Amino acid sequence: MITLRPRCLLGQRFPVQKTMAIEQDEIEKIAALARIRIEPAQVGQVTRRITEILRMVDQLQAVDTSDIEPMANPLDATALLRADEVTEVNRREAFQAIAPAVENGLYLVPKVIE
Amino acid sequence: MYDKTVAQLSAGLQAGQFSSVELTRSFLARIAALDGVYNSFISVAGEQALAAAAAADERIAAGTAGPLTGIPLAHKDIFCTDGLRTSCGSRMLDNFVPPYDATLISRFKRDGAVTLGKTNMDEFAMGSSNESSYYGAARNPWDTGAVPGGSSGGSAAAVAALLAPAATGTDTGGSIRQPAAFCGITGLKPTYGRVSRLGMVAFASSLDQAGPMAHTAEDCAWLLNSMAGHDPRDATSAPRAGEDYRAGLEDSLKGLRIGLPREYFGDGLDAATGACIQQALRELEALGATLVEVSLPHSHLTIPTYYVIAPAEASTNLSRYDGVRYGYRCDNPSDLLDLYTRTREEGFGEEVKRRILVGTYALSAGYYDAYYKKAQQIRRLIKQDFMDCFAQVDLLAGPTTPGPAFPLGAKTDDPVAMYLEDIYTLAVNLAGLPGMSVPAGMVEGKPVGMQLIGQHFGEARLLNVGHRFQQATDWHLRRPANLAVEVA
Repeated sequence: MITLRPRCLLGQRFPVQKTMAIEQDEIEKIAALARIRIEPAQVGQVTRRITEILRMVDQLQAVDTSDIEPMANPLDATALLRADEVTEVNRREAFQAIAPAVENGLYLVPKVIE
Repeated sequence: MYDKTVAQLSAGLQAGQFSSVELTRSFLARIAALDGVYNSFISVAGEQALAAAAAADERIAAGTAGPLTGIPLAHKDIFCTDGLRTSCGSRMLDNFVPPYDATLISRFKRDGAVTLGKTNMDEFAMGSSNESSYYGAARNPWDTGAVPGGSSGGSAAAVAALLAPAATGTDTGGSIRQPAAFCGITGLKPTYGRVSRLGMVAFASSLDQAGPMAHTAEDCAWLLNSMAGHDPRDATSAPRAGEDYRAGLEDSLKGLRIGLPREYFGDGLDAATGACIQQALRELEALGATLVEVSLPHSHLTIPTYYVIAPAEASTNLSRYDGVRYGYRCDNPSDLLDLYTRTREEGFGEEVKRRILVGTYALSAGYYDAYYKKAQQIRRLIKQDFMDCFAQVDLLAGPTTPGPAFPLGAKTDDPVAMYLEDIYTLAVNLAGLPGMSVPAGMVEGKPVGMQLIGQHFGEARLLNVGHRFQQATDWHLRRPANLAVEVA
């Protein structure tokens, strides 16, 4: 029989180290940066949900990481270089065929310059 | 014909007991008859599948077939398939028909496998229950009132319901292993970089990895043989050749040292699930393995670390959906900004938008160091915990999930509770390690999975342990009720 000392991992909700409350206007700013419209009536609800997530995340702040190198790739691998050769063919028509709006080989968007 | 492993089907095809067209027709008929209940497929290939099956039969007749030639497979709807809609479970890509194949799909085509269709999934692979899919939740074949797990829930449900002999999935934080556990099948998340990500819709690029889902570890080895290997078109693909993952399946487990992370057996683990895992560990001991208690001291930081890194990378990756080049576009945009913001409001679901906002916040000026850099530093500590364990043991074992599949709707109103579902699986992605779930018991009529965690590029050893375990147990042979419908 294997006996293991129980240790609380899931039983408790995460302790709040520091309450990182986020204000509604800050959510609106973030949404603008992310180019996502939020229905005005839903901003409060979105703010509450994101505050819950940020509170959970905030326990990271309690850890001393002063000498730790950030890890971007789990294998600490760096991108490989390849020979500078043309390997792709031009498939403009195939790509344009799946676009929402095209004309004369161009992608159409609302008028930008008056 | 439909309740056989890939290995058995391959033998039947080679021996001429049935053709790939017959086999493919049988699975397509089962999907048509039964998937109204399970909702495990978003798109079914139909004619394309039968054409591929006919081509496979020609290869078999000509003697040029490989092990997977003529085998029907289901692919998660995250892999681009040339000429077959790839929605990623999102309204944003509901109309997206890719003009190219993902490398994984090309490799299966090269080897003659047949694509049955594309499976249901949480939107952009963000979820642990399949409930965030634009196409509605898939159902767990063991209990259609329960979730199949996620995000690769459709793939797991399709295999468990015998609608496909095997499937592919992707795993960013547990999305192969957790649904495999909930649906009573075997699922392997390979080492980060082992399988090409080209043509796999990106969620979190430093975590995403594709892998096989099947009834047995042996079948997972067969599929991984096709999937694994360096892809020069994916800059994060590991520059090393694939290997024959079938070669070492029968190796003895004598002398194998298995570490049991004490943090994975704590209060949060459902008692009956824990008892199943203890019993499974005794099986491994009986097969010659030695069990050693180990510790992953930073485990409690896994969820917060993941929920900075994954949303940050997602917010960057999903910035490409702009309503201009492909995918959904809102009606009558008044200007360019309105086009972007309304397309993204209408095209993305709630959880995806939530994660984009969290990620944008974590990467925004003034918060980058406090969130993203901090999480990357703690990610290194989490990986180091595993490396310290592997100085003492060959692999780790524990539960895949805290309990069996939960009821539909139980956690949809509480995102943080949903995130806790992945408590035992997330760290494996943060550390880039291979992890596998194998059926290891039943609780209240629902399957339980045991997770095995290997060293980097140690997939062969995991598959070996899974295979030996499955030779000694019959959990992988259990089937849900009501599946034995003979379809004409």
